[in-house]
Amino acid sequence: MILTRLLAASVVGLILFFLAFPIVVVAIVSFSEATYLTFPPPAFGLRWYKAYFNSEDWLKPTWVSLWVAASVVVLATFLGTLAALGVSRLSRPMRIFATGLILSPLIVPGIVVAIGIYYAYARYGLVGMPIAMVLAHTCLAVPFVVTSVTASLAGLDPRLEQASLSLGATPGATFWQVTLPLIRPGVLVGALFAFITSFDELIVALFISGTGAVTLPRRMWDDLRFQIDPTIAAVSTLTIVLTAALMGAAHYLRKRNQA
Amino acid sequence: MSEITQPSPVAVSLGAVRPLLLNWRRHVPLLLVAPLLIYMLVLYALPVLAMLLRSLNDPTWTLSHYAALFEDVVFAKTFWITFNTSITVTLGCLILGYPVAMGLVRAKTMAPFILVIILLPFWTSVLVRSYAWMVLLGRHGLVNEGLIALGMIDRPIRILNTPLATQIAMIHILLPYMILPIANALRQIDPSLIRAASGLGATPFMTFRQVILPLSMSGVAAGTLLTFVLALGFYITPAMVGGPRDITLSMLIAQQVDQLNWGYAATLSAVLLATALAILAAARHLPGVGNAFKTSMR
Repeated sequence: MILTRLLAASVVGLILFFLAFPIVVVAIVSFSEATYLTFPPPAFGLRWYKAYFNSEDWLKPTWVSLWVAASVVVLATFLGTLAALGVSRLSRPMRIFATGLILSPLIVPGIVVAIGIYYAYARYGLVGMPIAMVLAHTCLAVPFVVTSVTASLAGLDPRLEQASLSLGATPGATFWQVTLPLIRPGVLVGALFAFITSFDELIVALFISGTGAVTLPRRMWDDLRFQIDPTIAAVSTLTIVLTAALMGAAHYLRKRNQA
Repeated sequence: MSEITQPSPVAVSLGAVRPLLLNWRRHVPLLLVAPLLIYMLVLYALPVLAMLLRSLNDPTWTLSHYAALFEDVVFAKTFWITFNTSITVTLGCLILGYPVAMGLVRAKTMAPFILVIILLPFWTSVLVRSYAWMVLLGRHGLVNEGLIALGMIDRPIRILNTPLATQIAMIHILLPYMILPIANALRQIDPSLIRAASGLGATPFMTFRQVILPLSMSGVAAGTLLTFVLALGFYITPAMVGGPRDITLSMLIAQQVDQLNWGYAATLSAVLLATALAILAAARHLPGVGNAFKTSMR
């Protein structure tokens, strides 16, 4: 009995090791002093972090990515929250059409979305413009905002809105003073997801970032074609820390909201 | 709302305007959704549809692109590789994912720790995770060094840029999509059923076979379908760690776009999209799948 439980625990432990190990290795390699990729590193240091922070070649794409992701957050959160407020009250056929369209980027294979967007955006001379990255990434990020806000709205007691309206508040005042404060965690979670979706996105970027809007994932991809020097490990570790922190925040917000 | 009460003079004087106001109110939901719908139609859906249309009208209206697929050796091989990889990866995820899901649900004090380990890779981009496997599986990577140190091989073997590398990395990336729906289904099993089974003399294995496993099938179905459909569309990972000749459908599409063969690329895209949608449409009718899908998507 104890033996089988021990066996089960070690099987689960091994699989968890398989999940975590590659990411841990990248983090360790990023602190290597060696000029080439080797594990375990002969000496530890911040050499590759310095290389990253001193290289305009890396910092510029980083700023592009941050700017694009921040703009996507604004646009996707605004459009997505509005839509989430309306979608559950649509007529049935309209609702099916709207949810189908809004959630479809989660299901349509990335390459199909990417070349479709490339096909159209290229005709209007948008390739290589950071604004095109914002426009495209917003479509990919919006499903996360809509699902997150919709989940918050589903947990909302409709009597609170009714009470506000019957006490004489205008629909506008009811929204700003009752509905929005109650769904704010859902909106924030959606915004965090939108940021990460854009910040990590690569396939669309490969086709439409051109030379004028090279994002960080695109820069990493280009670099990997030629070499796998440890700078990428440093960049990867930084993005892992950033996304894990944001996702952790989203997870915490959602749990607190459910409790 | 106030049909029974006496209408106030103001309401009476507004009587003529009222139907209009009511009408306007009725359209509020549509007005809220419309900006996003228009945005997505113009900037995403119509572009994708316009691209897909090239499979039918390049250079003139024709079905020849689709007809040609039946004799297309490259397409047949690519489709086979894609399908085969997806099946292998899905099976791998199922075998590795089920025990972890059980561990996650059973664990008490360790549960948050296990969840973080499952979610940490989930939160890391596909690019970074594929890169991690390049580091591990390379000629002088940790796996080769380890195998040499253990005396299992004499000199480095080729793992990176083989189908095996693609499969390992894809299993690693897709595993959380399998674990979470299964854990969800396991969590909903009434614990008294398990107590009843063991109280009636069932061994732990019998309880698992006859109670837990059947009741978790909705999660298994959801996780399997989700993993499979996502695996079909993989592009970055096979391009980075896979073999140069093991081209997936997504890679072939990208190649054709680079060569400006829009008709062919659009046809392949339509096939890939139709396959994914057909699987999901079939899956919708399985009990419990819809629900598990929604929770795992979030």
